Amino acid sequence: MEQEKISLWQIFAVFAKIGAFTIGGGYAMIPIIQSELSRRGWISEEELPDIVALSQSAPGVMAVNISIFAGYRLRGLKGSIAATLGSITPSFLIILAIAMFFSAFKDNPWVERAFKGIRPAVIALILVPMVNMARKNNHTWWSWVLSGAALILVAFLGVSPIWILLVVMAAAFSITYIKEQKP
Amino acid sequence: MTDTLLLLLSLAGTFFVIGLFTFGGGYAMLSLIQTQVVTAHGWLTESAFTDIVAISQMTPGPIGINTATYVGYDVLSGATGSHLLGILGSATATLAISLPSFLVMLLIVRFYTRFRNNALFEGVMAGIRPTVVGLIAAAAVLLVISTSWTAGVPSFSIVKENITDWKSWLILGAAFAGARFARINPILLIILGAIAGILLW
Repeated sequence: MEQEKISLWQIFAVFAKIGAFTIGGGYAMIPIIQSELSRRGWISEEELPDIVALSQSAPGVMAVNISIFAGYRLRGLKGSIAATLGSITPSFLIILAIAMFFSAFKDNPWVERAFKGIRPAVIALILVPMVNMARKNNHTWWSWVLSGAALILVAFLGVSPIWILLVVMAAAFSITYIKEQKP
Repeated sequence: MTDTLLLLLSLAGTFFVIGLFTFGGGYAMLSLIQTQVVTAHGWLTESAFTDIVAISQMTPGPIGINTATYVGYDVLSGATGSHLLGILGSATATLAISLPSFLVMLLIVRFYTRFRNNALFEGVMAGIRPTVVGLIAAAAVLLVISTSWTAGVPSFSIVKENITDWKSWLILGAAFAGARFARINPILLIILGAIAGILLW
């Protein structure tokens, strides 16, 4: 009866697929989110950096935060529960199986070799949505300054991303507010 | 029975607090989990925890969730010797670590949905978006290079777990080209990466 509405089951299934292939931290989820959700027209390209920024600003597991945010945008509270359960179910089952039956898993040479190949691929995959976002959003000199400063502060000076986001939010808020006051 | 119930409650409380107080994703979370689970509660030994982290990194899924699931299972099945209670423990830890996210993210996403077309909010997001570009670049760089500081002087080293030798760079370059220019699906590229790993090493 609700043809246009995305079903909760669909949300669960797509996020289970995303969760099953998120290897490493939350950032590894971004390329798969982009390909799975944009392809279906569930979120726009513009929304992706917003989802990342706001999920990074909240406490907890970033991948869970991203699921809650994206799920909510699709179907409200129910959507966010479906998305979160979806993205944690594959991990849950795999880890349980390992904990119960295959604790020797990490010493398996085949697994070890497969992961030697997966890790560099994941790094490359993180870079692709970054390039797309830069092309879309970095039109001014100051946007490149912000990108470069965030990169250097986090990667080389060990500053936590949350502080950077808070400072940028406060600064951008003040600048926009002052601009809005002018006639 | 009451002991098991108390342990479950204590596990839930501990992982709720961990979920509430870690910012910045899985890796930041690991040290807090370690402090709570190994040092404060003595539920697991240091070496058991190290093994769990290694397995959590090697398996699909967010690392914070993997670790919580594994620790929850080990703590409960270790204390009671029951697989079933182990499963209950892992479900408890996983849901407890995710619960604070729900409370905070639902506020954030409601705010976003309501104000996204507001000029002031749009101004803030215009500053945030290029920052996110830098944050993602940093996440990728940190997977390749680690920096350590001694007396104000930085020294850089390659992260050996991720980049073992030239073959790793080859896979990195090929995966980038495949995703960026040939637009190959990232899930397919991860599977191809696994196959390349098995063939090349």
